[in-house]
Amino acid sequence: MIVNVFVPCDAAALSVGSDDVANAILNNSKGKVNIIRNGSRGMLWLEPLVEVETPKGRVAYGPVSVEDVKSLFASNFLEGGDHPLLQGITEEIPYFANQERLTFARVGKIDPLDLNDYQANGGLLGLKNALSMQPSEIVDIIKNSGLRGRGGAGFPTGIKWETAGAQPKGQKYICANADEGDSGTFADRMLMEGDPFSLIEGMIIGARAIGADKGYIYVRSEYPHAISTLKSAIAIMEEAGWLGDGINNTETNFYLSVRIGAGAYICGEESSMLESLEGKRGQVKVKPPIPAISGMFGKPTIVNNVLTLGSVPFILAHGASAYANFGEGRSKGTQPFQLAGDINRGGLVEKAFGVSMEDLINGFGGGTKSGRPIKAVQAGGPLGGYITPESFDVAMGYETLAEAKTMLGHGGLVVFNDTANMLNLARYAMEFCEIESCGKCTPCRIGSVRGKETLDKIASGENIEENIQILDELCDLMEEASLCAMGGLTPMPVRTAMQLFPNEFYSPIVES
Amino acid sequence: MTTLLNTIDHVFAKKVCAAHQDRPDELLEILHEIQEEEGFLSDRVLRTISKSLNLSRAEVHGVVSFYHDFKREKQAENVIKICRAEACQAVDVDKLIADLEVHYGVKMDNGGDKVSLESIFCLGNCALGPAVLYNNDLYGRVSLKAVQKMIDSTKEVKVP
Repeated sequence: MIVNVFVPCDAAALSVGSDDVANAILNNSKGKVNIIRNGSRGMLWLEPLVEVETPKGRVAYGPVSVEDVKSLFASNFLEGGDHPLLQGITEEIPYFANQERLTFARVGKIDPLDLNDYQANGGLLGLKNALSMQPSEIVDIIKNSGLRGRGGAGFPTGIKWETAGAQPKGQKYICANADEGDSGTFADRMLMEGDPFSLIEGMIIGARAIGADKGYIYVRSEYPHAISTLKSAIAIMEEAGWLGDGINNTETNFYLSVRIGAGAYICGEESSMLESLEGKRGQVKVKPPIPAISGMFGKPTIVNNVLTLGSVPFILAHGASAYANFGEGRSKGTQPFQLAGDINRGGLVEKAFGVSMEDLINGFGGGTKSGRPIKAVQAGGPLGGYITPESFDVAMGYETLAEAKTMLGHGGLVVFNDTANMLNLARYAMEFCEIESCGKCTPCRIGSVRGKETLDKIASGENIEENIQILDELCDLMEEASLCAMGGLTPMPVRTAMQLFPNEFYSPIVES
Repeated sequence: MTTLLNTIDHVFAKKVCAAHQDRPDELLEILHEIQEEEGFLSDRVLRTISKSLNLSRAEVHGVVSFYHDFKREKQAENVIKICRAEACQAVDVDKLIADLEVHYGVKMDNGGDKVSLESIFCLGNCALGPAVLYNNDLYGRVSLKAVQKMIDSTKEVKVP
């Protein structure tokens, strides 16, 4: 009997040797094993996580190294035998079982490039429904689902689509923003590598809703694995007639291609991304006009985050209320949260909005990996504020996190232990802005440099009170006068670090 | 009659542009493809591109200089791209960088012949940091030893 064994091909799993593990299993299998390369289940501390299909369900072993493979065979792991790395039935592992996986329902479960597997697990249901609907009906469903932009801004997706759909007929575009540059976030990457068809399906639905026949996925060059998976997925969908002319024998036409970024963080900002898609410098543009009215090449364009588009197939398949029943307040549905940094069980947790930060960091995450106490968590990427364990009861949502002086961003949480130097981190925030600023507006381009210099002066003990005052005013200016969120939000980590840990700024440890 | 050297087209660059129908909106793709083959973007490459795409040399230069990925000079044989973003800082990437700088005798973001160390901001491997990208392969939980191993497995590198 040939047993199915799953070894992830997700980049994070590859980064800790899953290719070698897959080869070792194959070499020891005596022809009894069929290796399936799936996406990652998101339990990244267990990677490479090897799963064996048994009558009881898929049994997990992890983290498996090449050296463990012989002993796995000796323990009869092909029948779920006992072994020190045995984690039990994958879907019963509490970390996994306690999630609410809608967008990530198939990630880690299926072979990412097997269209039959995709359809057998609910794929293309949403698109089939959408193809039988009027564009306005699709927009209404998205509006009613309460889906908001997962890139960070939280703009209601349905309204964006309605605006673009209301523009006169003609060339329109839909773009997926896969320039996931925020530190501590990897959900877009995992979705693109683990279930690329869902992103493509979401884009075809969006294209039909607004009347676009061309789409682009703008992926950052730092994600070579995601790029190649997407390219293969597009070719498979074209071959199967789900992309191109007359999709599934309807009048809907849609052409999709992948565009690769070139290492500029700012290209995650939508106007900058559109410039980059046109082959230009990724400089931010003044809004209005908004892209939904005049975007790529001056045509109506919607730009949605990968997770936003990846949530669309579920909504179209199961209805607006099935999605809106999750979450609380104005944050509807689920969010794939990402636990990163010094964390015991780092990985991806998809939960309905409203889960507390405590549940995520100490519940799912299990505190720090180093065993040291948590000093602070940065939520929402490099532009998000720091938050201390005293405030961990905050519910995760767009508005609730904003009230706690941080932000949801792309759902990333980076944990720092007590050795973190907050002054250095504040300086890094300014330095990052200096390196990545597009240079269009002065507060961001020059403010970041001056901010870094001022923090250097504080660090060396020079006129501390006065320089903190200057830094504060500079932050005001950057917040008020920057053209986009890059300059406007860089002060957030700086200010929260100063407010939470004033001693580190007022009496810094001066290095000689 | 003499031909000025700087008017000779770069054959490969011209071919790549043609493969993209000389479309200016595909400039980033064109630059990526040429750099992948040539290792960096020479003056002649940029001149050829500007001619083929009907862009000014300033426009092409503007794009090349905007994006961190594009290089105007020959790169080291082994480029180690190290994530310096927050999640990797939280697991002490600074120590890894210091170790690598000492071991290979190069400074971060400051060139090198055999080995160079380059900052990169987030590789999306934030739960398994410090993360490194080498030859388009991603590595997690990287130590000095792991870097030595990845370089040794490709080719011999003399350590000064």
